[in-house]
Amino acid sequence: MKFDTPATTNPIDQMKVVGKATTRIEGPLKTTGQAPYAYEHHTAVPNQAYGVVVGSAIAKGRIASMDLEVAQAAPGVLAIVTAANAGKLGKGKYNTARLLGGPEIQHYHQAVALVVAETFEQARAAAELVNVNYVRAEGVFDLAATRDSGKEAKDQMPDTVHGDFDAAFAAAPVQLDATYTTPDQAHAMMEPFASMAAWDGDKLTLWTSNQMIDWSVTDLATTLGVPKQNVRLISPYIGGGFGGKLFIRTDAVLAALGARLAGRPVKVALARPLIFNNSTHRPATIQRIRIGTTADGKITAMAHEGWSGNLPGGKVELAAQPSQLLYAGENRRVTMRLSTLDLPEGNAMRAPGEAPGMMALEIAMDEMADKLKLDPVEFRILNDTQVDPVNPRRPFSQRRLIECLRTGAERFGWSKRQAQPGTQREGRWLIGQGMAVAFRNNLLVKSGARVRLNDQGIVTVETDMTDIGTGSYTIIAQTAAEMMGVNLDKVVVRLGDSSFPVSAGSGGQFGGNCSTAGVYAACAKLRESVAQRLGMNGDDVTFVDGEVRSGNKNVPLREAAQAGELVAEDSIEFAELSKKFQQSTFGAHFVEVAVDSATGETRVRRMLAVCAAGRILNPTSARSQVIGAMTMGVGAALMEELAVDKRVGFFVNHDFAGYEVPVHADIPHQEVIFLDETDPVSSPMKAKGVGELGICGVSAAIANAVYNATGIRVRDYPITLDKMLDKLPQMI
Amino acid sequence: MRPFTYLRAKSPAEAAALAAQVSDSRFIAGGTNLLDLMKLEIETPTHLIDVNGVGLDRIEATPEGGLRIGALVRNTDLAADPRVRKDYGLLARALLAGASGQLRNVATTAGNLLQRTRCPYFYDTHQACNKRQPGSGCAAIDGFSRPLGIIGVSKACIATHPSDMAVAMRALDAQVETVKPDGSTRVIPLADLHRLPGTTPNLETTLSAHELITAVTLPAPIGGVHIYQKVRDRASYAFALVSVGAIIQQDGSGRVALGGVAHKPWRVESAESAMAQGAKALTEQLLAGATPTHENAFKLTLVERTLASVMAQARDHA
Amino acid sequence: MTISRRTFLIVGAVTAASVALPPFISAQASAANAARPNKATVKIWINGEQRDLDLDTRTTLLDALRESLQLTGTKKGCDHGQCGACTVIANGRRINSCLTLAVMHEGSKITTIEGLGTPQKLHPMQAAFIKHDGYQCGYCTPGQICSAVAVLGEIRDGIPSHASPSLTEPPKLIASEIQERMSGNICRCGAYSNIIEAISEVAEASA
Repeated sequence: MKFDTPATTNPIDQMKVVGKATTRIEGPLKTTGQAPYAYEHHTAVPNQAYGVVVGSAIAKGRIASMDLEVAQAAPGVLAIVTAANAGKLGKGKYNTARLLGGPEIQHYHQAVALVVAETFEQARAAAELVNVNYVRAEGVFDLAATRDSGKEAKDQMPDTVHGDFDAAFAAAPVQLDATYTTPDQAHAMMEPFASMAAWDGDKLTLWTSNQMIDWSVTDLATTLGVPKQNVRLISPYIGGGFGGKLFIRTDAVLAALGARLAGRPVKVALARPLIFNNSTHRPATIQRIRIGTTADGKITAMAHEGWSGNLPGGKVELAAQPSQLLYAGENRRVTMRLSTLDLPEGNAMRAPGEAPGMMALEIAMDEMADKLKLDPVEFRILNDTQVDPVNPRRPFSQRRLIECLRTGAERFGWSKRQAQPGTQREGRWLIGQGMAVAFRNNLLVKSGARVRLNDQGIVTVETDMTDIGTGSYTIIAQTAAEMMGVNLDKVVVRLGDSSFPVSAGSGGQFGGNCSTAGVYAACAKLRESVAQRLGMNGDDVTFVDGEVRSGNKNVPLREAAQAGELVAEDSIEFAELSKKFQQSTFGAHFVEVAVDSATGETRVRRMLAVCAAGRILNPTSARSQVIGAMTMGVGAALMEELAVDKRVGFFVNHDFAGYEVPVHADIPHQEVIFLDETDPVSSPMKAKGVGELGICGVSAAIANAVYNATGIRVRDYPITLDKMLDKLPQMI
Repeated sequence: MRPFTYLRAKSPAEAAALAAQVSDSRFIAGGTNLLDLMKLEIETPTHLIDVNGVGLDRIEATPEGGLRIGALVRNTDLAADPRVRKDYGLLARALLAGASGQLRNVATTAGNLLQRTRCPYFYDTHQACNKRQPGSGCAAIDGFSRPLGIIGVSKACIATHPSDMAVAMRALDAQVETVKPDGSTRVIPLADLHRLPGTTPNLETTLSAHELITAVTLPAPIGGVHIYQKVRDRASYAFALVSVGAIIQQDGSGRVALGGVAHKPWRVESAESAMAQGAKALTEQLLAGATPTHENAFKLTLVERTLASVMAQARDHA
Repeated sequence: MTISRRTFLIVGAVTAASVALPPFISAQASAANAARPNKATVKIWINGEQRDLDLDTRTTLLDALRESLQLTGTKKGCDHGQCGACTVIANGRRINSCLTLAVMHEGSKITTIEGLGTPQKLHPMQAAFIKHDGYQCGYCTPGQICSAVAVLGEIRDGIPSHASPSLTEPPKLIASEIQERMSGNICRCGAYSNIIEAISEVAEASA
C-alpha cells in the first residue's frame, strides 16, 4: 500500500480498540518471568555451550601476539575465536568499528577473543587466561581539543545557512552567545547484549536481542560472508535497547563464529563491565548557540553550531538539528562539525540529535527569556512558526505546540512560579520551576506484515517488528482487532523473527506508527480476501463484532476461513507527503526541583509533560514511553556522564555502580497529558512517534528549574553539585 | 572467577585455624563484595571458608552498658535493632544510607568494615593500581579522580573506603574483636583497624593473616543528636561523594567523622574542639594537609558546607 | 551439604580440632590445580520444591537458577549487585542472587518470580504491575516484583529505611518509603512512577 495522499476516514477511526487504554498483551508473560529473552532459549537447541568475550586492554594500537595455550588447556574449553582464526570478516553497513578486533585495535574493550567452554564458569575463568600482548598507539580522546579540526558531514547534515545571520545578530538589540556541553552517555539497557547461535550446515539461526531485524540479518550475513537467506534472527523479547541494539554487536558475531568453530550452539552475553566501552554510546557534544531578538523578543537571528567526535567513518551527532525547525527567525545558521576520536563508537541513542540538541537549545531559550524579562512560556509562544522557517511553503502537518505550552502551564500552576531566581525556600531546600519545549521529528519507514485468519476466527499477525518495551505487541494487536472487527483476545501477534515480513523495526520513534500502518495495509488486503471468499462485493462491507456485514448479510468472520486459512501480506510505503509537509511531534515539559542549599544536591519533585503526537494508539503504553523518556532525561540532566580518561582513551566508570542512572528515589510521580490529535498526513493510523519525544527538552527543563531555584546557570551537563557549590548561598 | 574449594566452618576459632592452612584462602560471609571482586579476578582465592554457620549473629548488651554486635549480624538487622535505633541513631542512619535493601539483607557487620575500595581503576584489571597490583602505579591520581580521596592519600593511592557504617562506628568509638588462627583473641580500636595507603595501599587493615573479626563493640551511649548526612549524585543506591557522621551535644560540643574522603573513615579527635567555632574552623582542622586532585578539590567545600548543614540541623533539633 | 569426592575430604576434616588439608589445596597450588573445577552438591528449596544440584562451586545462585534449573525468570542485568534484576526472596528476605554462591544455600528456601505466580494465576503484585503498566521491556520486572513483595513485608515488620522520618516509630506505607526501598532495582525504561502506583495499590489492599 502506497501512502501518498492524506488519510481519509478508515476503519481505525472507529477507535473501538485502537486508542483505548490497554494493558500489554504480553504482560502476564513478562511479570511471571515466562517471556524468553535472548540468553534464555534453553529448549530451542540441545547441547548449548557458553562463550565469554575478552576485551582489548588498549584503546588504539595492535595486537603483537596472543598466547592462547593456557586458556585452550583450561578445563572445559572447546574453542577460542580470534581474528586469526575467524576467517575473513566483512563489516556491516551500520557498524563503524569492527566487532572482532585484531591485529588492529580501534577502541578500548573491542572484542579480541571469544572463549567457548562447556559451562559459563569455565568460559569466564579461561577468558582471563587469554594472554594478549599489545603495542599501544597514540590516540585522540579529547573532543574539546579536536573541535577546530571538525568537518561538515555533508551526507548527514549539510549546513543550513539562511539569510544573513552575522548581520542580523550584530544588529539585534538583545543577544545571547553561550556554549553548552553534553557528555558521552550510555544506553545502559537492563538486558546485556546477548545472542545464541546455532548452525545447521551453512544455515545460521541467531536468537538475539535486537531492535532492527532486517538491518541486522543483512549486516550479520555481510560480516560473516554468508548469503542473507542463510541467516535467521529471532528476537521476540528485548530487554531494552534505546538505540544500542539497532545493530548487530559483538555478541551476535562472536556467537556465530564460536558456534562454527566449536561445532555446537553457543550463547554469549556481554559482561556488564565490558558493555560501556565495547558497545556504542551517545557521543558528547559542544554546542554554541547565539540568539538575537528584537527588543520585544522576536527572534531575528539564530545560530546553533555543534561539534561531536567519532571513530573514523562514524557519524556526527545531529545536535543542532532542532534549530532548523523549532523557532521562527529570518536569519539562521545551523551546523555540525565532526572530528575524529579514538573513543568507542558513538551512535544512536534515544532521540539522537534532538536529545542533546534540546538540552542546549532549551537552556538558551530560557536564558534569552531571562534577558528579555519575558516569561519563558510566552517567549516560546511568541516565536512559534507553523511553517518550516527556511522554506515557508512547507507547512508542518500539525503543530500544536502553543496548546501544549498553555495546557501545561495551566495544569502545572506555572503562574505561581517566582520569576526571580533563588526566592523560594523550604527549610534548607531551594525550590524552583522550569519548563522547556519538547520537539522531535516524525520519521516514516516502510513496514510490512502478514496476517492470517483461521477457521476459529483467530487473526495472527506476523512481522519482524520488535517490542523493546515500547508496546508493539499490544498496538499491533489493537490495530488488527480494529481492522478485522474482532476482540483483542482473537488476535495473536508474533514479532521479531526474520522469517516474517520486513517491518520498520524499533528506532527513531518511527516503529509504532509505521509498523501498525504496515499491519493496517496487510489487514486491508485480508479484508478484501475475506469479502471475496464470502461473496461480498459491495462497498458497504464492514467488519464488526466478529462478523462481516454487507447489505443484509451478516456472516461470522471465521466462516471466511472454513475452506482454508486466509493469508494476506502487504506493506506500507511512504511517498511524497513527507516532503510536502514537515512532520514533527511537540510537547512541553514542566518541572519542579529542590536543591539542597548546603550541598547542591538536586532532587526532582514534580514533572509534567504535555504531548501532541498524532493519534495515541494506546494511551497506557504511550504514557509509559513518555515517562520513561522523562526518567532518562532526569539522568541526563543530573547524573549521567561517561567519564573519559583522556590519557588511556576509555570510559572509566564502566559499570552500573560508576555510571549512575536514576533510581526509584530520584523520580517523583510523573504526569503526562496527550492532546487529542490525529495527523492524516503521517499514515493511515494518523499516529506519530512518541517514544523519544519525552526525552527531548526535559533535561533543559530541569536545568532551568535549577536556575530558578538557585540563580545558578549550569551549561555543562550533568548538573552535579560540584558545578554549583561555590555559587550557592553562604552557609551561616 | 578461578576455581576454589569450599567448606563451612562451625566456630570462629575453627574458621581461623582452617584459613591458616591455605595462604590464599578467604572467609566468606555475605560475599557481596568478595564475589563481586572474584568475578573480575581482583580477588583470587583458591579456597573459601564459609563462616555463616559460626554463630556471631547476635547483638548483646555489654556489662559496660554498650553493645556487642556479632560479626555476622546483617546490616538490615543491625539498623533495625531497637537499641541501635534508640541509642545509636547515627549507626542506624549510616547503615540505611548504604547500598540497597537487597545488599543490606546479606552484607555483614565485619564484611562491611572489610569491603574494598570502589575506585574505578582498582576495578579495571587493565589499569595500573598499586592496591590491586603493588608496584604497577596509580592510574587514578591523574585520571578520573572525582569520587576519590583528598586526605591521608599518598602518591601510591588515592582510594577511599566506601563504607557508611564504618564512619558511624568510628564516631561511636567502636572496637573490633578478633580471633587468630592460634585461637588467641584481641581487641582493636576501630581507629586502628584501617590503614592509610602510604606506599603499601594493598595492605588495608592491621589484621594479621587469617585473623577473623568476631564482633564490634560499642561503648555505652553518649546521647546527643545523631546525624548522618550522605551527599551523593543520585538520591539512593550510590556511594558517598562525602558523608558526615556527627553526634552533637546540647552544648554544641560533639564528634564528627567523614566518609568519602580518605582510605579509612576519617576522624580527627583533636579537631573536634573547633566545632564551637563553626564549620569552617572545624573543616580546616579536620582536613588540614589535604591534597585533593583538580577533579575532587570540590570535596573540601562540600565537607565544610555539609558540616555547616549538619550543625544547623543539630541546633534545630536541640 | 552432600559433596563430591574432593570436597568431601575437606568437609570431613572440619570436624577435627586440628585440621590437615589435603595437598591439592596447598598454599602453592599449581596452575593446573587452580584451574580444576571443584564440584559440590547442594539441596535448595526452590519455590517449595526440593532441588538437588551438583555444581561447580563457583556457580552463583543466579546462574544455578537460570542455567542449571532453567528458571530464567530471574534476570542477569549486571552480575555485580548493581541493578537488582536478579532479586529473589531467600528465607523471607530479598537478596541479589548474583552475589551469593549456590553452595552457600544448603537448605535455603528460595522464592523466585516463578514461585509467586503464573500467567494463569497471577500474584496480586504481578497483576498490579500489569494494571499500572509498571514495566516496559520487562527485563527488570521479575526483580522489581520480588523486591516489591519483600518491601511490603519489611515495612510491615517495622524495619526502618533511609526515608523514615523517625527511627523509633514504625515506618509508614507511603510513596517515599517505597521509593527509597525499591531503589536497589533499576529500571532503565523508567517505569518507576507506575511501579510505585502498582505497589501502593497492593499495599492498600493488604493494609
